[in-house]
Amino acid sequence: MAVSSQRAAAGTPGTAAKQRSAASHHGGRFTPYLFLAPYLVVFGIFVLAPAGYGLWISLHSWDYLLPGKPFVGLENYTELFSSVSRYGPDFWESMRATGTFTVTSVPLLVTIPLGVAVVLNQQFPGRALFRAVYFGPYVLGVAVIGVLWRFLLDPNVGVMNFYLGKLGLPDDIPWTTALPWGWVSLVGPTVWWTLGFNTVIYLAGLQDISREYYDAAKTDGANAWQSFRHVTLPGLRPVIVFVLTITVLGSGIMFGQSLLITQGAPSFETRSAIWFIADTGLRQFQMGDAAAMSYILSLFLIVIAIVIFKFLGRRVD
Amino acid sequence: MSRAETSGRAFLREQFQSKKGTKVIVSYALLILLSLLYIAPLLWMLSTSLKTNSDAVQWPLSWFPEQISTEGYSTILDPAASQPVIRWFVNSLVAATAHAGLVLIVAAPAGYALARMHFRGSRLIFATLVATLFIPPVTFLMPNYLIVDSLGWLDTLWAIVVPGAAGAFGVFFLRQFFTSLPVELEEAALVDGANRFQIFMRIILPLSKPALATLAVLSFLTNWNDFLWPVYVLFSKPNLTLQPGLAILQDAYNTNYPIVMAGGIIASIPVLILFLLAQRYVVEGVARSGLK
Repeated sequence: MAVSSQRAAAGTPGTAAKQRSAASHHGGRFTPYLFLAPYLVVFGIFVLAPAGYGLWISLHSWDYLLPGKPFVGLENYTELFSSVSRYGPDFWESMRATGTFTVTSVPLLVTIPLGVAVVLNQQFPGRALFRAVYFGPYVLGVAVIGVLWRFLLDPNVGVMNFYLGKLGLPDDIPWTTALPWGWVSLVGPTVWWTLGFNTVIYLAGLQDISREYYDAAKTDGANAWQSFRHVTLPGLRPVIVFVLTITVLGSGIMFGQSLLITQGAPSFETRSAIWFIADTGLRQFQMGDAAAMSYILSLFLIVIAIVIFKFLGRRVD
Repeated sequence: MSRAETSGRAFLREQFQSKKGTKVIVSYALLILLSLLYIAPLLWMLSTSLKTNSDAVQWPLSWFPEQISTEGYSTILDPAASQPVIRWFVNSLVAATAHAGLVLIVAAPAGYALARMHFRGSRLIFATLVATLFIPPVTFLMPNYLIVDSLGWLDTLWAIVVPGAAGAFGVFFLRQFFTSLPVELEEAALVDGANRFQIFMRIILPLSKPALATLAVLSFLTNWNDFLWPVYVLFSKPNLTLQPGLAILQDAYNTNYPIVMAGGIIASIPVLILFLLAQRYVVEGVARSGLK
């Protein structure tokens, strides 16, 4: 379109400059596509194709091990809402586990890093070192975090119960085998692990708040709390909404902590949704059911993200 | 460096002499105490990895091994060990390095085209990339398993290296950086008769080393730490990477914590070293990825 209209107007002097600039991006018409080609190949195979393929799978009774994969329409979805279905009750139990985890971990992961960021945003020697300390655990994989905290929280030989005992508190808390302790064992290590990530994002946001606002607040006689409340918080609003959103999305796909720390215990009450989905599809090979579940989980996540943006995204001065 | 140190010392002297001195000391003490508490779990992992099994569960627990023991390490680093940790380590290293390289190879030219070239379909491509960012990754799990299977990549490192490079993050990240470079250099080179490819290779890439390094480091870390995907697409023991390997170790030695902690240390060392060396890149990359 753009090319043909340009060609039509080629005679007029106004477009001469445009043409020259188009020519200056020379190297042939295909150059941009050649530059894009390697990425688009990978993107097409592993993002674009599966985006449609996944929906297709969810509409079939797709047993990986069987040759026939009959079309069943929305049955994989409706099945999950029937009380006598094969996967429904376990799936919703795992969704509840992920929901509980999200509701308990997100408030901590939105507020604590904000406090840490405000402290680390002060000018003082050694700031970079402290920042590194709090960011450090985040560079480790969830598998390391999982096996480590499984050990620290071991009810019999773990260091957590050892120190609780030393403080005169009960030293036989079943962190990894009973509720509500299981939730603490999932949320606590997760907060410890990812706190630094949110802190770094907050720190970048704090840099963008102009010094002048703080100076003005000071001139008006505001104390530290007042300037935090009336300068920092409003200035950081978009960043807080962003952190809230990515933390919810991240918690919604929690997997490793559940697999390694509580190992789903007690019974399967702390088995996360994504663990159940992956097991159904990639261990029991019921891929149609698993694909349908993955879309239901995604729908939840998308709706929550939209709600967050709708109600908090806009500035309300 | 030394200048920062002197000003730091001057700062401290000033603080000590002022009335606020005590407050500063208390704040520092508190901050240091909290920081030590914060890294205590990692120190405990290290200390336990150097204990014997009986020492590790000996009540009362001690922060220091009674006698430094490398039993945990030697059990799993034995080439003939039932859990081939060395093999897993090499697999992880190969996969994460190859992945970081692949990300740069595909994302850099694509990011450059989107930053600097005007062509038919550019807006559509850009919009498509943005749109896919909103698809929750969990929906890719089943279809990508089948796609990787049909490529014959199940239970191979290809499955770990390639699919992740399709993410649009690297393209956006580099496009953003290329856009910020002054366009005059390229125009001068064009006048001198250089073509796009030469400009990209000789001007853009050398100018973009910090951005390329940041993306490479972040890609390496992500790939090294990836857990769910390798747990399901790799299944024979010699083909595993370290992260699913740790889950196997936990299963196999569920009461022998020094061995499991030694595995954790081995899986942590490369990323901790990388973090210490490239801290600025990592932290700035994360901050920028957040705020675009």
